Amino acid sequence: MKPNTMALAAALLAGLSMCNAQAAEPKHGGILHIYHRETPPSLSIHEEATFSVNVPAMGIFNNLVIYDQHIPQASIATIRPELATSWAWDKSNTALTFKLRSGVKWHDGVPFTAKDVKCTFDLLQGKSQDKFRKNPRKDWYEFVSDVTVNGDDEVTFHLKRPQPSLLAMLASGYTPIYPCHVPAAQMRTHPIGTGPYKFVEMKQNESITLVKNPDYWKKGLPYLDGIEYTIIKNRATAVLAFVAGKVDMTFPTEMTAALVKDVKSQDPTAICEIKPINVNTNLIVNRDAPPFNNIELRKAMAMALDRKAFIDIILQGQGDQGGSLLPPPEGVWGMPPDMLKTIPGYGDVKKDREQARAIMAKLGYSADKPLKIKVSTRNLATYRDPAAVLIDQLKSIYIDAELEPVESSQWFAKVARKDYQVGLNLTGNGIDDPDQAFYENYSCGSERNYTHYCNKDLEKLFDQQSAETDPAKRKQLVWEIDKKIQEDVARPILFHARTGTCWKPYVKNMTIMSNNTYNGFRFEDIWLDK
Amino acid sequence: MGSYLIRRFFLMLLTLFGISVLIFTMLRIVPGNIADIVFDAAGMIDVADKVKLEKDLGLDQPIAVQYVQWINGLAHGDLGYSYVSEKPALQEILPRIPITAKLAGLALLFAIVFGVPLGVVSAVKQNSGIDYVLRVVSLSGLSMPAFWLGLLILMAFVRYFGTIPIYTDPPQGFWNTLWLFSIPAAAVGFRSSALVMRLTRSSMLEVLRQDYIRTARAKGASDPNINYHHALRNAILPVVTVIGIEAAFLMGGLIVTETVFNIPGVARFLVEAIRWRDYPIVQNLVMFIAVVAVVINFLVDLLYAVLDPRIKYS
Repeated sequence: MKPNTMALAAALLAGLSMCNAQAAEPKHGGILHIYHRETPPSLSIHEEATFSVNVPAMGIFNNLVIYDQHIPQASIATIRPELATSWAWDKSNTALTFKLRSGVKWHDGVPFTAKDVKCTFDLLQGKSQDKFRKNPRKDWYEFVSDVTVNGDDEVTFHLKRPQPSLLAMLASGYTPIYPCHVPAAQMRTHPIGTGPYKFVEMKQNESITLVKNPDYWKKGLPYLDGIEYTIIKNRATAVLAFVAGKVDMTFPTEMTAALVKDVKSQDPTAICEIKPINVNTNLIVNRDAPPFNNIELRKAMAMALDRKAFIDIILQGQGDQGGSLLPPPEGVWGMPPDMLKTIPGYGDVKKDREQARAIMAKLGYSADKPLKIKVSTRNLATYRDPAAVLIDQLKSIYIDAELEPVESSQWFAKVARKDYQVGLNLTGNGIDDPDQAFYENYSCGSERNYTHYCNKDLEKLFDQQSAETDPAKRKQLVWEIDKKIQEDVARPILFHARTGTCWKPYVKNMTIMSNNTYNGFRFEDIWLDK
Repeated sequence: MGSYLIRRFFLMLLTLFGISVLIFTMLRIVPGNIADIVFDAAGMIDVADKVKLEKDLGLDQPIAVQYVQWINGLAHGDLGYSYVSEKPALQEILPRIPITAKLAGLALLFAIVFGVPLGVVSAVKQNSGIDYVLRVVSLSGLSMPAFWLGLLILMAFVRYFGTIPIYTDPPQGFWNTLWLFSIPAAAVGFRSSALVMRLTRSSMLEVLRQDYIRTARAKGASDPNINYHHALRNAILPVVTVIGIEAAFLMGGLIVTETVFNIPGVARFLVEAIRWRDYPIVQNLVMFIAVVAVVINFLVDLLYAVLDPRIKYS
């Protein structure tokens, strides 16, 4: 056979075997074993901001709407009904009405009604008597003035002004519907949902157990009898446990490129995917503390960055350069590469550094008289390693930096006190949407705007893009804003990481999202072919 | 003896009181509390909510008041609630104690079973081939980090047997439990046995040079009788001390082994609790470990008198 014919035959065979796998009849039963990287702080999704919670807890709940769990690139177009059967905007785009599914029951047997939806959003907006211990995403619903119920099966979100992104936020894994009749405190320790799996127990440092909800409203689902998350903190042990078959899947998006390579060498049958997670590593500069209150100095710092070097050294090439929004092709809203290159610090590193050195010289710094600073970051490898590269790169513009590792638990408290000069931080975007990214990270007064960057003119553009209903026009506005944010050195983005997930070939229907890491773990139609 | 026991008992109480003050104070001197960490996990700080949480947990009260509340609760069997799991602390701590006790017990058994006889052999056969081999083995045991040895063992199991001896579910039955704990126990016990072996050897070498040993030989006593009856009994006292110290250490010091073999025992739980500033768990767990250490030391003291009738407590 000639090589071309052989390749064609191989492709045909591969295609056929894929068709077989896709067409195979799902099997009911079995427990899916996944290792978990840590004991989650609680299982109340609304109160937490880590996918250590979303991964095990998403299966317990339903949303009104949800991103299609099998389309990796989540967007408005991939939103599907869940507890809502349909939705409609009014003519002014300020009222969004959902028809709700009837016959749905909470895991404790109480019927689900529109009141539960209202209760959830009253909690999120701090309007109810019961309160969350912490409420990290209350800003998402800033433009929701009220949620009203129309009988048991209909609910309307009234907005202060049009916000098409509301639907995107409602589809996030971070927006489950909570029951009215269960206190918020209980949801942290024993969550009750309407989802495909019921919570059984969480043992600290040991395991999280979910069992099939036999009364799940999607008839015939879930296929699995349950999911067992074994908490294995040591990553080396966890990877060995996966290779040995003790678990069927690694903790989603937790593996580095090097680890994925290691797994594949030990278990060639493992299916592994490396994808962006929409978590960016960024530089935070205390813009109120001299000499960093000088925009020229901040610009020089941004121009000293060699982003490719970060990606090559830290991620073995598995990362992307971008602005505050995840870059394409996986990211829906990120600036195109041509536009990115026009921003100082994203083009020719050599030239940019020359300019940066000129700025520094003008400010009175030189090789003999460097600016001495501290770079603070969490004392974790994912933070420390890029901080070390950053320190090395800053040397090229006469900045002599010293690493200040901060105990992880003290990090945000320190940043909130503004007790730092320059810091290195990781920012995860809950959804791939400009409203979430802009308002949360760059809006004046936002709790997560760590550098306290505040540009009132840009804030108007935030609102303008947020209210824009034409996606194409909105995208142009979003690019313009993102470019301006980078030029203002609000929070220079060093890189967007790609990370890996592996699972055994008998785990079927697994899809890892490619533009967020918080929304793809409902696991209702995963099945085991064994 | 009676008055000694009473004195020792009160001394134990005094020691525990000192430890309780020390733990309590040190925990609060360390920067940050559970409220900081709870909000850190959410990536934001809402000052009003944080203050409310601190108030709800009683952290806004003076340290002395908090201490008295804790001791009062302890005296009434109320260990408080874990800040993290929001479950009773006792319910969180109790199931982990047998897990660590089994692991520590097996490791100690490994240390004694291998350490003492091999130490005797090494001393009796001083400067022979077997002595050199045993000294090299014991030195490796002391110098090899437990996590490294543990990982090597795990890798070897995966590579050669296609399985991994880690704790993912509670083992059912005696043999399963023994299998699951024996490998990490061997990894820890290797270091302890090396320590015991070296100490037994040096202690034995000293005793074997004593006049009464020469006298026993002159009287025609057999080698095993001399080595194990006359020499070991006198050489064992410092070894017993070290075994006691090891036993106390193993109850709280197995963090690395518990992490590598994924055993949900006391040590790993304690370290996690410290990370979360879960005061009720840390305070009570450290107190428990302190009680174990103090009681073991007391038992070791009593054992001296049993092993060496010349020692009298009054």
